[in-house]
Amino acid sequence: MSIIVENLTKKYGEQKAVNDISFEIKTGEVVGFLGPNGAGKSTTMKIITCFMAPSSGDVRLDGSSIHSDPELIKKKMGYLPENNPLYLDMPIVDYLRFSAEVQGVEKSVIPSRIGEMIDKCGLDREKHKNINELSKGYRQRVGLAQAMIHDPEILILDEPTTGLDPNQIVEIRKLIKDIGKEKTVILSSHILSEVEATCDRILIINRGRIVADGTSDTLRSQSQGQELLKISIEADPEKVESAILALGTVEKVTGVEGKHGWFNVQSKPDMSSRKEIFDLCVKNKWYLMEMTGLETRLEDVFQKLTK
Amino acid sequence: MGKIWIITRRELASFFDSLIAYVLIALFLLLSGIFTWLASTNVFFIGQATMQVFFSIAFWSLFFFIPAITMRMIAEENRAGTIELLTTKAVSDSQIVWGKFLACLILVAVALFATLPYYVTISQLGNIDDGAVIGGYIGLLLLSASYISIGLFASSITQNQIVAFLLALAVGILFQLIFDVLGNSVRGAIGETLSYLSMSVHFESISRGVVDSRDLVYFASIIVLGTLLSQMMLSKRNWQS
Repeated sequence: MSIIVENLTKKYGEQKAVNDISFEIKTGEVVGFLGPNGAGKSTTMKIITCFMAPSSGDVRLDGSSIHSDPELIKKKMGYLPENNPLYLDMPIVDYLRFSAEVQGVEKSVIPSRIGEMIDKCGLDREKHKNINELSKGYRQRVGLAQAMIHDPEILILDEPTTGLDPNQIVEIRKLIKDIGKEKTVILSSHILSEVEATCDRILIINRGRIVADGTSDTLRSQSQGQELLKISIEADPEKVESAILALGTVEKVTGVEGKHGWFNVQSKPDMSSRKEIFDLCVKNKWYLMEMTGLETRLEDVFQKLTK
Repeated sequence: MGKIWIITRRELASFFDSLIAYVLIALFLLLSGIFTWLASTNVFFIGQATMQVFFSIAFWSLFFFIPAITMRMIAEENRAGTIELLTTKAVSDSQIVWGKFLACLILVAVALFATLPYYVTISQLGNIDDGAVIGGYIGLLLLSASYISIGLFASSITQNQIVAFLLALAVGILFQLIFDVLGNSVRGAIGETLSYLSMSVHFESISRGVVDSRDLVYFASIIVLGTLLSQMMLSKRNWQS
């Protein structure tokens, strides 16, 4: 049950919102679409969910194509659109029943499915209310519940945590992570920490193109390339600096501003200086107070790629 | 059909959960009741056991009420964005349109059904032409179906319910009145065509109890055209610019 997206392009007039995107998502993956606003994340999702047809290209799922069997594909997908539109005048349970019926869930299992969704999404205390009486966080849960009511194989969530408070964000993320254990999930976000916390794989999209694809670790190391260490040595700083620079593995040493005895050490590509620095300290009887590897933050990767 | 009925049921529940259904039915009964029984041209004044008074009142009141029923059907979904959620579920655009169409028609049918006591009462007063009564009700249903389909189309091209309402009235008035007036004042083939387009000509012939295929074709064409155009507007998101 993998989703194959092939050469997807969507034009709005002259502008290409999605420009020749191709990728494949395997069963059970939790994939995050990351990108600045207007990058084409939502448009890609709208095409995958058969809301709108692409200008060219195809999305295939299990051999069915969005062009020939949209009903079949729609049945296998659960979708939570951006801003979570719901029929506000309906009671939660009625709305879930309606969603189940439209998605073709068998009549006899609908009540148990509704019960399951109410449990899973934590709606039990609110289940007798109308949707317009719910807070934003609970509406988001209803949105998730209606997307999952027919037990779809793929869940597509467009910015599932926008507008929620920090506690709600944590809860929704936890929910998505739980769901991701059994299902294929595609979610979009422009919040990096969110994608990093929930997704196995990240696709960075910018101006309608995929500019990076991989786990958060591979993305980091790709953009980083060289090891960066932050060290603190108790000794004469000038001696230390020249001694470290003399090591064969080190490319650059800079003192940390305002902090006596601290240095940033950049190694040459594909080399590590950790052991060399330790040995150096032992030889000169310096005290090594601290040595930390500095990781490139995903923010830096993102900014570099989407500028 | 199953999917259409699911959509219809939701729309009906929404009519009856909000006050829309009750207000409309009450207003419709009030208006037609006043004119049938109390106004100066009432049944007693005519002195015949006939429902023509009611039918000619309903002919106009439905014309005004139906756009009020149809205006929110698609426009509101466009505005709230729920249309995205609905169209990405396993239903086709035509099922959505027909489901909504059927819900409106059932609401109108309920309102018409509520006027059956009029028939019962009048039939006690004298000899009533049952054929004409049946024809009249069928005529009203066909007329309603036509205006519903026009109303749905008006609702499908906008996000604004008021625009949808006014547009439905504007298109409706052509069939209700303007084609009729023009048809009477223009001679020749153009005049005849215009007269054929007029709703009242076909409604009157059916409500006399005469069901002619020309009339049926007329109503069916408006219904099919209106729902097809609504479907097209709904599928507009797929069009390539």
